[in-house]
Amino acid sequence: MDSTLVTMLLEGTKDTLYMTLVSTLFGYVLGLPLGIILTITDKDGITPNAGIYKILDVLVNLLRSIPFLILLILVIPLTRFLVGKSYGSTATIVPLVIAAAPFIARMVESSLKEVDKGVIEAATSMGASTWTIITKVLLAEAKTSLLVGVTIVLGTILGYSAMAGAVGGGGLGDIAIRYGYYRYQTDIMIVTIVILVILVQILQGIGMMISKKLDHRRV
Amino acid sequence: MNPIIKVENVSKTFHTKGGEVTALQDINLEIEKGDIYGIIGLSGAGKSTLVRCLNLLEKPTEGNVFVKDRNILELSPKELRLERRNIGMIFQHFNLLMQRNVLENICFPMEIAGVGKKEAEKKALSLLETVGMEEKAKAYPAQLSGGQKQRVAIARVLSNNPEILLCDEATSALDPQTTKSILELLKQINETLGITIVVITHEMSVIQEICNKVAVLETGHVVETGTVEELFRAPKTEQAKKLVYTGTPLVEIMKGEREIRITFEEESAFEPVIGNLILEFQTPVNILYANTKNINGKAAGEMILQLPEESDVADRMIGYFHSKNIKVEELTK
Repeated sequence: MDSTLVTMLLEGTKDTLYMTLVSTLFGYVLGLPLGIILTITDKDGITPNAGIYKILDVLVNLLRSIPFLILLILVIPLTRFLVGKSYGSTATIVPLVIAAAPFIARMVESSLKEVDKGVIEAATSMGASTWTIITKVLLAEAKTSLLVGVTIVLGTILGYSAMAGAVGGGGLGDIAIRYGYYRYQTDIMIVTIVILVILVQILQGIGMMISKKLDHRRV
Repeated sequence: MNPIIKVENVSKTFHTKGGEVTALQDINLEIEKGDIYGIIGLSGAGKSTLVRCLNLLEKPTEGNVFVKDRNILELSPKELRLERRNIGMIFQHFNLLMQRNVLENICFPMEIAGVGKKEAEKKALSLLETVGMEEKAKAYPAQLSGGQKQRVAIARVLSNNPEILLCDEATSALDPQTTKSILELLKQINETLGITIVVITHEMSVIQEICNKVAVLETGHVVETGTVEELFRAPKTEQAKKLVYTGTPLVEIMKGEREIRITFEEESAFEPVIGNLILEFQTPVNILYANTKNINGKAAGEMILQLPEESDVADRMIGYFHSKNIKVEELTK
């Protein structure tokens, strides 16, 4: 392998990580509050509100049913408006965030709903406010489950970012399509896939390790 | 003095898929300061709903709940949160925060109340001593036994200096030995700190062990209230009898013969009543069941006797018990 190829793969890896991490971060900025609201406004939540729940529930389902490739194209005007161009890794972050946020909201919702109702009731009986229950009971008690959620989201977004390569999204997916697929350079395709597998393994490993370390539910 | 808790015409209806379910109907209760008030009933009687109406974890559909002469149903959400700090609650499944250690769990109510961290920890440590758990300060709930978890929950509930403590089946998940030690701890708290305690249970033994007053709940109605002694010596309603006679399995089988239940207190327990009775009447009686129970620290005995067929002898025997100041109830009509 010559040095330009190595440089290109390194650049691609960097771009992929950049897209994945930044998209996940912004995904949580939107998805975490959304997941919290879904949890507390559900009928057995701490502040049930059928109207708000239904609206968000439908919105999340709607966004999640759009195939990512279609979403990528659909949001091009928005991407242009926000980033100034519709190709490259920074531009890909916009559709990635839109795809990640509803997915993250569901992950957060399912983690928070695992929290023992009795513990929430105990906090209420102590005079805790809704905000205190969210921050000190729901999020604190579900933290390991939330972290496992983060690793799953990272893996999924990494996969999406590679998909974005099909429309000039940058990163390893882009390289795999341009060299491996269009130019029949199978070896390059295999190398990019191996790198992607390693990235997923590392992210998953780190996430699981941290969440296990923080979990006090088991002796 | 006015009662510390007054429940006035409280009803609670739940709307479920299967229609309306009335959990409580027209409940009236008065709980005095310093009482250990037992609310007993079988599962489904509405006990848990009733106790949750006392701190508004459940909102009554009708009626009023007064705590220290204030109608808590009229409080704003903020006032209610403040009031709840004064009404502690412990639970059947302890409900500790699993991701916090023992000390942090006890600090939690003080965190909510805005007590400084240093001060909270100091208080938590002294409370751990009160409940005998000082060595477990850094342990996590998952590492504790059921009894230890309930001790932590008790320490946690005491951290806000409540005047009232609600216990929702607090010993139902514990073995008899541990139950006894937790009940002793509750009694000690009642005596030393003067906290009024409301105990929800389905076990008569819990009521007998620590309560001074009791209400019997059946299918959402209070069917009987009174002191525990009264209930034990002379349960008035069918439902109360069912609860008091648990542990007397023979009663059912021997029905049809003439049976009585006699109860006596510590003083009369010294006299050989049954022996004297047989000598006097020259007719044997059959002892079907006998037991002594500790009710509020006093020994109280109960015995179920089968009397002779001849009704005049049986009547005179009952008269004999009356003359000895022994409480008699006929079990067969």
